Amino acid sequence: MADTKTLNGVSAAREHAVQQITTRTDSREILANARRDIERYHLDDYFIVDVDAHHVEFDSWADILDTLENPVLRYNAKEMTKHWPNAKNLAFSNHPVGLTFQDVFGRIPHQAELGEYVEKTDEHRDLTLVRRAMDSMGIKMQVVFPQPMLEMGLHPEPDIVVAMTFAYNRWFTRTILPREKRVKSLLCLPFHDPDACMKTIQEFGEIPGVVGFMITSQRHVGVHKNMYMRIYRELEERGLPLAFHAGPSWGDTMTTTMNRFVSVHSMSFVTCNMTHMTNWIINGLPERFPKLKVIWIESGLAWVPFMMQRLDHEYLMRQSDAPLLKRLPSEYIADMYFTSQPLEVTIPHMLEATFKAVRAETQLLYSSDWPHWDFDVPARIAGLPFLTEQAKRNILGETARKLFRL
Amino acid sequence: MPAATQKAYVCASDRVPEGGRLVVDIGDATIGIFRFEGNLYAYHNICAHQGGPVCQGTLIPRVTEKIDAGGESQGFDFDRSSLHIVCPWHGFEYDIKTGEHPGRRAARLIRVPVEENHDGIYVTL
Repeated sequence: MADTKTLNGVSAAREHAVQQITTRTDSREILANARRDIERYHLDDYFIVDVDAHHVEFDSWADILDTLENPVLRYNAKEMTKHWPNAKNLAFSNHPVGLTFQDVFGRIPHQAELGEYVEKTDEHRDLTLVRRAMDSMGIKMQVVFPQPMLEMGLHPEPDIVVAMTFAYNRWFTRTILPREKRVKSLLCLPFHDPDACMKTIQEFGEIPGVVGFMITSQRHVGVHKNMYMRIYRELEERGLPLAFHAGPSWGDTMTTTMNRFVSVHSMSFVTCNMTHMTNWIINGLPERFPKLKVIWIESGLAWVPFMMQRLDHEYLMRQSDAPLLKRLPSEYIADMYFTSQPLEVTIPHMLEATFKAVRAETQLLYSSDWPHWDFDVPARIAGLPFLTEQAKRNILGETARKLFRL
Repeated sequence: MPAATQKAYVCASDRVPEGGRLVVDIGDATIGIFRFEGNLYAYHNICAHQGGPVCQGTLIPRVTEKIDAGGESQGFDFDRSSLHIVCPWHGFEYDIKTGEHPGRRAARLIRVPVEENHDGIYVTL
């Protein structure tokens, strides 16, 4: 800026380098205010583990398709990318139209794209972006998930789901995971096919950085079906946690009545996990697999006290419907793990009660969900007035350190 | 950051056009200065929600919904008499005139006194 006057010795204003944040803005600039939180809350003194963040696998879609094992499926996908103008980064995915509503029509640019400049080196671009985000927020380690791959649970073609899940997992564990020890993964299970899930656990379960496995929660199946039990047994025996990662759907019987994305996102990111948790508890899976650690990801926390009270209330009147239970549903839920984001904070006394209900000091795992539109910075936890210092440390990373043996 | 109540020269008047903004750094502070309907408004670049860089967000008229006499919705519209700044972190919107979120007035930006003299724009920090 040309104007550099001073007044009474006060330093002059300098034009800020970035006037408006766009999809091309460097994520270190986008997150500059989070960097200030590091100093404010002494976050450098914490071991912060972010249990839910994302990279953009569509940017590497051609490479992932190249990893498809089946030659016909690989051919079909690659041909699709050649002949359909918009399929280059979409072929074989189940990318729903609703996901493009997430950035509130340009208002939240980082949701739509991290299109910033990254110098071309031998390092994959996604690693650079992940490191920029971690360093800006004071995060030591990050569990990194894909994005549209999380929609595969509603894909109409199971064979493609299985093939694409293997392709993505292989690409990720070869290209991203070995290059950065700070990056961890709860790999997707191809839940359409129990045999393929078993193969996935066997192939990837011992790869460094794979800290467990994940079921994408948007799917219309009962997780209590007998065909899935060997998956849970295998994970339990290996000591690997099982996560359920929530997602949106604008296509179920409830959300098809809705006209606004805020309605769809508010409900469907929670109801998918409510459904699976209900089946999990009522069918006694915590009794069948008592050592299997279960994590519920990206549904926030406000739903949990509801589930505890509702299931307890009904169970006591209908014990014969759930004969495997030896305790109240709420007691099983209290043994589960939850990620924190998106933390519902508008009614503080309810938030505090929720933390007590979920036993946050030992069961809650900080998550950012960066770069999504509703991400939470670590200060979300560090700034809570009702938490003890030890509780903050546990939620921000120490509980994750134990759970994932980091 | 300069000591409290000190006035700092920012820029010439034409650097903040009607309907536009200028984001400046003064010491450790980052300030957004906006001009709307001829008046200047200035706020710290800190969102009331999670501390995001609100002044670097989208400027857009407030969205309204038209309801007819029968109570039926006639769709969205822009209210061009109300300009919003949208925090790029999470989408919190604030009325430029008041610095308040239209749905929760307690969520408000930190206002910075701003004035305009013959030689340009000043803020008081």
